[in-house]
Amino acid sequence: MAVEKKAAANGAANKKTVLVTGAAGALAKRVIARLHGRYNVVAVDFRRKVETDAGIPSYKVEMEKRGFEDIFLNHKIDAVLHIGRIFAHESSRDRRYNANVLGAKKLFELCKKYGVGQVLIHSTYYVYGASAYNPALLDESHPLKASEVTMDLVDSVELESLANIYLWKHPELHITILRPCNVLGPGVRNSMSLLLSHTFTPVLLGFSPMMQFLHVDDMADALVLAFEQNKPGIYNVAPDDYIPYQRAVEECGCRKFPIPGIPPVVPKLMSSLLNWGAFFPPYLINYFKYPVILDGRLFNETFGWKPKRNLNDIFTYYRKTKLSSS
Amino acid sequence: MQIQEVLSLLKNFNAKEELLQRLVTPEIEALVAKIPKPVGSFGFDAWGYNEDSFKVGIAVFKLLYDHYFRVQVHGLEHIPKNGRVLIVPNHSGQLPMDGVLIGIATATNPKGPRAARAMIERFFPTVPWLGNLLNSWGGVIGDPVNCVKMLEAEEAIIVFPEGVRGSGKLYKDRYKLQRFGNGFMHLAMNQHTPIVPCGVVGCEETMPAIANLAPLAKLLGVPYVPVVPAPFPLPAKVILNFGEPMHFAPVRTEEEVTTRVEQVKTEIQRLINKGLQERTSIY
Repeated sequence: MAVEKKAAANGAANKKTVLVTGAAGALAKRVIARLHGRYNVVAVDFRRKVETDAGIPSYKVEMEKRGFEDIFLNHKIDAVLHIGRIFAHESSRDRRYNANVLGAKKLFELCKKYGVGQVLIHSTYYVYGASAYNPALLDESHPLKASEVTMDLVDSVELESLANIYLWKHPELHITILRPCNVLGPGVRNSMSLLLSHTFTPVLLGFSPMMQFLHVDDMADALVLAFEQNKPGIYNVAPDDYIPYQRAVEECGCRKFPIPGIPPVVPKLMSSLLNWGAFFPPYLINYFKYPVILDGRLFNETFGWKPKRNLNDIFTYYRKTKLSSS
Repeated sequence: MQIQEVLSLLKNFNAKEELLQRLVTPEIEALVAKIPKPVGSFGFDAWGYNEDSFKVGIAVFKLLYDHYFRVQVHGLEHIPKNGRVLIVPNHSGQLPMDGVLIGIATATNPKGPRAARAMIERFFPTVPWLGNLLNSWGGVIGDPVNCVKMLEAEEAIIVFPEGVRGSGKLYKDRYKLQRFGNGFMHLAMNQHTPIVPCGVVGCEETMPAIANLAPLAKLLGVPYVPVVPAPFPLPAKVILNFGEPMHFAPVRTEEEVTTRVEQVKTEIQRLINKGLQERTSIY
C-alpha cells in the first residue's frame, strides 16, 4: 500500500505539470480532459473556480493580479497552455486590454522567472482583419490588419506581437502561437457559436463571405498535439473545407434575419441598437461581409494533423439543439 | 377534374428548379463533371467558386457565346487538360466580356474542359450580391497571393497584363496592345507555369468608345466612363485564337523579364493579326 502510494507520488513527480488558462471554457475543458492522467494539470480561470476531476488543482485568478504568481510558487510549472481570454462583449475595452495584453505580459515574465519550458498561445483568425482586399488562404506571414478594421480587436493583435517578441527574445520559452478559424461545438461560447445557436440569425444582404469552421474536439486535439510535439512558431489551424456564411446559417437550421450591408454604418448601428453585442457585435460586422480564409497547411504538415469532423458534423449539433428545443 | 389536375401540376411547379433544369443541360453537367477542380464538402473552394453556380453561369453565357457573339475559336488543344496554366489575352471592350468568353471557351473545351479563374477588379467584393456571384463563377480579386495559391493548386488562370489600359482604350486605338505589366511573367517563372497566349478579335467592336469622361470616372471612383453608341455590348463576331504554350525559366534582372514579356506580347499580336485576317465581317 505504502509502496503503491510512493510509486504514485513518484509518478506524479515525474510527470510534467501543465498550467491551463481559461479552464471554464469548452475548449480548455476538453484539453484538460485529454491531458489528465498523463500530466499534472493546474486549471485557472478569471471567471470562477472551475470544478475539476480529483487531482487537478483549480484556481480563480486574474493573470494581471499579484495572486497569479503564487501558482508558480506552489507548483513547478513546466508548460503553460494559455487558452483563456476575455471576449470583447464580456468587458470594457480598458479592462480587456489589461487582462488580455498586460495579463499575457505578466504570464511571459513569470514563465521566464520560474523556468517554464513551453508556452502555447491560443490566438484567433480575427487578427488578420476582414477586408474586401483580402486574398484567400492567408499564410502566417500575412500582415495582421485587425486593428485597421476596429479598435476593439487591438488587444488580440497586441497579444500576438507581445508573444512574438518573447518568441524571438526568449527561445527557451518555446512559444507556439495557434491562430484557429471559427471554433464551434457543444458548450462553445464564442460569438460565432452563440450566433449559430439563435433561431433568427442576422445576415448582411448581398454579402456571404467564405468561412472555415473547426469542431472544438478537433481544436482540442490540435492544441494537445502542438503541446506534445513542441515545435515553436506561429501556425494557422484551419481545415481545407470552405462554406459561405449564409449557407452555414441555413445548414445550422437558423432562419436568416437580413439586414442591409451598405452603407457600413447601417449594420453597425442596428447591432448597437438591438444590443447584439454578444453574438453579432458592431466590431465584427466586417467578418460577416468579407472573407478571412486561412491556409492551414503549415500546421497540418508540421504536426501531421487533420480534423476528424467535417462541416456537416459541426452543423448537425446546432440543427439538433434547435430541433430538441422546439 | 381538370382543375384538380392543373392544380396538382401547379403544386409541383417550382419556377427556380424548372428554369435551372432548362438552363443546365446534361451536356453542361457532363462537362463540369470532367473539370479537374477539387472543391470542399459543400461544393465550394477557398475563393468562393461553387460548382452549381458555375454550371448556371456557363449555361447563361453559352447562349450569348453561341448566338450573340457567335464565337469562333482556334487552338483549344493548346490549353493543357490539367495542371497549372496562365492564359494571357489582349484586353478590350470596356466590359470584361473577353474574359467571360474565354472562360466559356475553356469550360466547354471538348479536348478537356477547365474552370479558368478570371482576375476581377478589387472593388467588386464591396458590391452586394455581384461580388459573391462573380466569386461563385470563379472570379477572384487580382492579388498576387491569390495567383500563387491557385497555381499551387494546379488551376488555370486568365490574366490581362494590360489591365484597364487595355479594356478602357478608345476605338481609334483598337488592336494596339497597351503596355503589359510584368507581374504575370514573374508568376509564370516562379511558379513554373506555362503561358498560353490568346488573341481576341471582335471585343473591340462590342463597345467602341469615342471618348472617356475622365473627370466623371474620377468622381465615381471607377477606372473609366466611356462614351459608347449603346449601353450594352454590340453583337460583334468574336474570334479567339489560342497559341502554343510558352515556357520560361527564371531570370535575374527586371530587364530580362521585360524582354520575355515582349516575346509574349509579340505572340499575342501575331494571334490578333491571324484573327483579323480570319474575320469576314465585323458584326
